Amino acid sequence: MSVILVFLLVVAGIAGWWLSQQRLMSKPWLEQGSTAAFPGTESGPMPAAKVGLGVFLAVVGCLFALFTSAYFMRMGLADWQPMPVPRILWLNSGVLMLSSVALQCALIAARKRQLETVRFGLITGGVTAIAFLVGQLMAWRELMADGYFLAANPANSFFYLITGMHGLHIVGGLVGLAVVTTRAWAPGWPADRLRLGVELCTMYWHFLLFIWLGLFVLLAGWAASFVEICRQLLT
Amino acid sequence: MADVTHGAIDVIPPAEVAEVDLYHPHSWWTKYVFSQDAKVIAIQYSGTAIAIGMVALVLSWLMRLQLGFPGTFSFITPEAYYQFITMHGMIMVIYLLTALFLGGFGNYLIPLMVGARDMVFPYVNMLSYWVYLLAVLVLVASFFAPGGPTGAGWTLYPPQAIMTGTPGGGDWGIILMLVSLILFIIGFTMGGLNYVVTVLQGRTRGMTLMRMPLTVWGIFTATVMALLAFPALFVACVMMLLDRVLATSFFMPAIVEMGEQLQHAGGSPILFQHLFWFFGHPEVYIVALPAFGIVSDLISVHARKNIFGYRMMVWAIVAIGALSFVVWAHHMYVSGMHPYFGFFFATTTLIIAVPTAIKVYNWVLTLWRGDIHLSIPMLFALAFIVTFVNGGLTGLFLGNVVVDVPLSDTMFVVAHFHMVMGIAPILVIFGAIYHWYPKITGRMLNEALGQFHFWVTFLGAYLIFFPMHYLGLIGVPRRYAELGDMQILPESAHSLNAFISIMAFTVGFAQLVFLFNLIWSIRHGREAGSNPWRAASLEWQTLETPPGHGNFGKELPVVYRWAYDYNVPGAKEDFIPQNDPGSYAGSRAH
Repeated sequence: MSVILVFLLVVAGIAGWWLSQQRLMSKPWLEQGSTAAFPGTESGPMPAAKVGLGVFLAVVGCLFALFTSAYFMRMGLADWQPMPVPRILWLNSGVLMLSSVALQCALIAARKRQLETVRFGLITGGVTAIAFLVGQLMAWRELMADGYFLAANPANSFFYLITGMHGLHIVGGLVGLAVVTTRAWAPGWPADRLRLGVELCTMYWHFLLFIWLGLFVLLAGWAASFVEICRQLLT
Repeated sequence: MADVTHGAIDVIPPAEVAEVDLYHPHSWWTKYVFSQDAKVIAIQYSGTAIAIGMVALVLSWLMRLQLGFPGTFSFITPEAYYQFITMHGMIMVIYLLTALFLGGFGNYLIPLMVGARDMVFPYVNMLSYWVYLLAVLVLVASFFAPGGPTGAGWTLYPPQAIMTGTPGGGDWGIILMLVSLILFIIGFTMGGLNYVVTVLQGRTRGMTLMRMPLTVWGIFTATVMALLAFPALFVACVMMLLDRVLATSFFMPAIVEMGEQLQHAGGSPILFQHLFWFFGHPEVYIVALPAFGIVSDLISVHARKNIFGYRMMVWAIVAIGALSFVVWAHHMYVSGMHPYFGFFFATTTLIIAVPTAIKVYNWVLTLWRGDIHLSIPMLFALAFIVTFVNGGLTGLFLGNVVVDVPLSDTMFVVAHFHMVMGIAPILVIFGAIYHWYPKITGRMLNEALGQFHFWVTFLGAYLIFFPMHYLGLIGVPRRYAELGDMQILPESAHSLNAFISIMAFTVGFAQLVFLFNLIWSIRHGREAGSNPWRAASLEWQTLETPPGHGNFGKELPVVYRWAYDYNVPGAKEDFIPQNDPGSYAGSRAH
């Protein structure tokens, strides 16, 4: 369970840093009237949607940290047989990075109010994300063709489960991206709201890319070797 | 002291906070059914939770019928008994307590108490309820599925949970249970995002975190914990579902069933226990923290005194929230863990008693020399303190490995967790309903029926669970449908069991009286006015009662003080509303 504890420590760190700015040492029974003297203690100007997405990403991060914890614990048991990594995963990772880059371009364009580039970025981001999902499915098919079935070994089960879960999150993101993309074509949709939408999508995409790279390292077995080296250094 | 300097101190311009895009309902359907108004959603959540809670109450009666009068009722087979136990536990902990505190009280109170018009994502909030309802319906469906609901115990430990020997294990029961939990978690996450972000971004002008009522602090922290803890249950459920449906071996070891070798091999049941309790222990505090917050407010209002040690109360809530993530394995002392591991978790368990004790002291010190009104909410709040201390003390027993090991499988554990996370939070829920019902409906609940409900529930609960500690200490095992002729047990154990059962029926009956009161008072209760308890927090300062759509009329309130200005020397009344800009000579003299 160490992975999830480390993750929660990071979350606790962020929460603690934020709380430390909220004057938890103040004595509210002595302070009436205006809070003007204490800037930053009231609700801030950041859009609620952005804060909401941030909190949601913490939940998603927690989910994958837990899968990783379970992976490591199950891995220590006798019947674990590591699985080869399909080469196509390298390609998929590249495609997902491309997707993130496209959305980042869309975001930069949205800040400069270049609508055409925004549209291009959104479409490219969407298409490459779908390409990633297709690539993942091809990886599954390849593995099944080679006889690595879901229930054959826990390593296989985890592979399908974790990639599937990540894929589902990408699918969910695509729904959001579709909404934002249609709005990029809607006449008269306010530019700042479009920018917010693009920003949210980009945030989500970068996060899922980050998660995917972490999972890739995990599934390819490098994470385990790394942990092993650390363990040897410590003992 | 007598001089009242009641003048406007630096009046703040109203609402610079961005207005939420309020959704305005256009038809009866969008106003009362598919409503995006947090107040309506709160009532939907509460109604559903109470309805399914009644099912769990009836299940507990059935269990008590069996335990008190074994063999008398032929329809209660051992399998049925396990199904009752499982569903009773699961419903009470997740579908009633969690949903009612966070979905019910969270939805109703957060926007009103922080001065917001609604939750920040009303549409997602509405979805949250409907997914919750779906989860409840799937759960209920398992009662009608072939083989009935699962009888795996509320902890659903594998391997037995998904084997044919356990009721529902080889049929639909366990599948529906897992699917229902997964749905619940998805629905809760939608709601939880709302509760957290509304507290972060929806507060009105002047409402700093340290001016929020402790109810909001409790619900807020509990929601953050739930958002981080429920994924563990989600992961456990998904993996167990795969084990059951697709024959993977996450949790399932190699096992022989009915002389046949199953497909599974090498899995780890302990892995499930870790995941389950990584959720399960924070869950205790997910239920307890909102109760802590609410009870602080009830005590302060009904003792007409500011809460003692507000800062300490806030810190304690946050500290408990953080610590509760590092105590989970104290539920697993008997799983054969490394002794040092047990030692670590026993230590963290005892440490968490410190902030909890701080809270208890502060409640008692708030009462000290207060102007205590023994109204029904106050009675329930006082009953909570006693009950929580009782349950908490036996928790210290069980937190120690050497004491836990012999007691773990006895009724002592049942008595402990019912006192601390069954009765105690439920008492707060009752107190809170008596307290806020006038705001929700505009009418008071009937006082006489309330007195009856309180005394029967409080004394009855003690008569049920106190003897159970004793039963546990003399060795009555839990999870047994029938004790049979156990030589170690004296005859009195059996008659005590019958007594407990009769008390359980009595307490259950009192809940029916409460339900009647809830419904009857909507029309026939005494008119309450807008602030019957003369309370200072924002929800009592609304223009209309019950609050209208958008909560606060044209302009959002501006907050000038904390929520606990009671009996301030020099003030005209014995409370000063949070949105009163006046400056009072005595209010700085604490």
